[in-house]
Amino acid sequence: MKIAVTAVGESVDVQVDPRFGRAAYFVVVDTETMACEAVENGNAASGGAGINAAKVVIDAGAAAVLTGNCGPNAERTLRAGNVKLYTGVSGTVAEAVAQFKAGALTEAAGPNVDSHAGMGN
Amino acid sequence: MPIDVKEIVVISGKGGTGKTSITAAFAALAENAVLADCDVDAADLHLILKPDVCETHDFSGGKVARVRADVCIGCGRCAEVCRFDAVRLADASTEVLAQTYAVDPVLCEGCSVCAHFCPVQAIDFADAINGQWFLSETRFGPLVHARLGIAEENSGKLVSLIRKEAKRIAEERDEAYIIVDGSPGIGCPVIASITGADLVVVVTEPTLSGEHDLARVLDLAAHFGIPALVCVNKWDINPEVTRRIEATVIERGVNLAGRITYDPVVTQAQVAGQSIPEYDRGSVRDQLARLWQVVQRKLEKNNEHKET
Amino acid sequence: MAEGFVVAVASGKGGTGKTTVATNLAKLYAATGRPVQYLDCDVEEPNGHIFLKPTIARRQDVTVEVPEVDLDKCTACGRCGKICQYSAIVALGEQVLTFEPLCHSCAGCWLVCPSGAIQPKPLKIGTLETGHVSELGFVSGRLEIGHVRTPAMIHHVKERIDPEALAIVDVPPGTSCPVVAALRDVDFVLLVTEPTPFGLNDLKLAVGLVREMGLPFAVIINRDGIGTDETQAYCRDEGITIAATIPDDRRIAEAYSTGEIIVDAVDACRRPFSALCGYIDGVRRQRAH
Repeated sequence: MKIAVTAVGESVDVQVDPRFGRAAYFVVVDTETMACEAVENGNAASGGAGINAAKVVIDAGAAAVLTGNCGPNAERTLRAGNVKLYTGVSGTVAEAVAQFKAGALTEAAGPNVDSHAGMGN
Repeated sequence: MPIDVKEIVVISGKGGTGKTSITAAFAALAENAVLADCDVDAADLHLILKPDVCETHDFSGGKVARVRADVCIGCGRCAEVCRFDAVRLADASTEVLAQTYAVDPVLCEGCSVCAHFCPVQAIDFADAINGQWFLSETRFGPLVHARLGIAEENSGKLVSLIRKEAKRIAEERDEAYIIVDGSPGIGCPVIASITGADLVVVVTEPTLSGEHDLARVLDLAAHFGIPALVCVNKWDINPEVTRRIEATVIERGVNLAGRITYDPVVTQAQVAGQSIPEYDRGSVRDQLARLWQVVQRKLEKNNEHKET
Repeated sequence: MAEGFVVAVASGKGGTGKTTVATNLAKLYAATGRPVQYLDCDVEEPNGHIFLKPTIARRQDVTVEVPEVDLDKCTACGRCGKICQYSAIVALGEQVLTFEPLCHSCAGCWLVCPSGAIQPKPLKIGTLETGHVSELGFVSGRLEIGHVRTPAMIHHVKERIDPEALAIVDVPPGTSCPVVAALRDVDFVLLVTEPTPFGLNDLKLAVGLVREMGLPFAVIINRDGIGTDETQAYCRDEGITIAATIPDDRRIAEAYSTGEIIVDAVDACRRPFSALCGYIDGVRRQRAH
């Protein structure tokens, strides 16, 4: 399956970006082949960033998202797109994927931050 | 954000409380700071900091529609569907058969509906240039600032961009602080100014209007979980209201940062194009120096809490 | 003068005295017995009520149109999601989500839907208050926090302009799109400034805006004496009329701080404000011809 991890850069060796809607990149990894592809996130916009980020991830065919924080609009969109959300994830992208594969991550019950929270830095 | 860089955002709720003068004072007192002017609608900080602009970039916050007059057949469908009254005849005095339509870029909200319904695809819908942002050097350190174009929507996107650049420079140059002149008000530009900051310094004044707007701005800081300090500027204009404001602030569990006296030296410094610490050696300078100390202590304390 | 006239009081910079001028002008005019209205268009932070202390006769919800999707009629074509520039409606296969606070009411989605599955429905964005202070009509709008529809709210406030009255519109500070919404179609603009470098910098931005909008205007210098005469020189060079000059006076600041009407509290203000009324009457007469 494909999973998307928010990242501060374009490879699996960079840190997980703690933001979802305003993440710098989404690294989409195929958990079977470990093939990966980085998608730049153009959504620094004030309204709709989370929703657009969710659309990007859905269009990339991801079945799950690994990130630090996710706001209410993004969470709602991911849920509608049948994408599982995992928040509170940290470390490098590679480490996060390993944790996911090992079943060490718990699915989020809902958004864990308010909207706009990722705007500053 | 590397644990060393601390971002301080100075806001006011109501305009005219002295936010920019105090931000300039912090810039003068701090060592190792990157400065950012996020008051993009009416930027004033550069008047004191006198930046040497090194880089200029266009900023696009949205899109705008434009009718290509040579393709337009004058059917008026665009004007019919526009909900913002932004489409009118280009020139009402032209002979009817030669009439074309035009979009007023000041009124256009970038919805694309006219472009979609034009039967001859005469309407371009593209990124608008809504303003410019700048990277500059000043006597107090690097400054990131911007100018939003006249009549543009201030969504906060430009504010976010400025903060992002300031953060990048702070990391590159290993600076200790980012000092931000925040947006006035309580809407999206202020939200964009403060989320994720280490500390918000609210500059208020002892007036009923100031009190009213202070409450709303503290609600905003609390909502985003950002520690705040409140400073009452021009406090002696109304000591009673000052005391009432301070009591309310304490009740809310927010710290007081200090008071600044109403003093002509504040405007004199501005007229001289200087920050107050450069211009004055008197009591206002001392009050600002103490204020800056309180800010630094608060940041250290917050840091200790984070690490435990 | 039975004809209506709309005067907007604006400023590039916040805190220069817009609300002070607008409320005091309104009070002074109302005392002459002519029909006058004060309309507070600073819908994010309305302060006019602090000084005018109106009796509110009516509070109404202000709504805008947002999409309502009937999933039974939806064919999952995705056109609604494609046309929306604001992420207010998102089409994900058979699911269509709406994010109402982001909607700009452009009507794109319901116009473009091929199956009539989307209809407009009202969304509350704030409250409109109407009332009076003696003979002075009072209108104020307050936008709810979290809503982006400032211009729409301002439009609703201005819809209450009495076409027979002198309407004084208190405009939000700055030059961005809420200011444009407040200034549209007014008869005259008073730009309030203070004679300092910051004040002059922001006045120039405001002048740029009113000129772009083709609106006649004059400048009011508030807190005269605190800075320099650069502002007066600028107005002279630009051929801009200074309609009134209000002196800097600590008593004015103190009266303002407690929410008082300064023309009642401080004698030194009466002259410039009377002069301002005279100036506006002159402008109105010129218009009538």
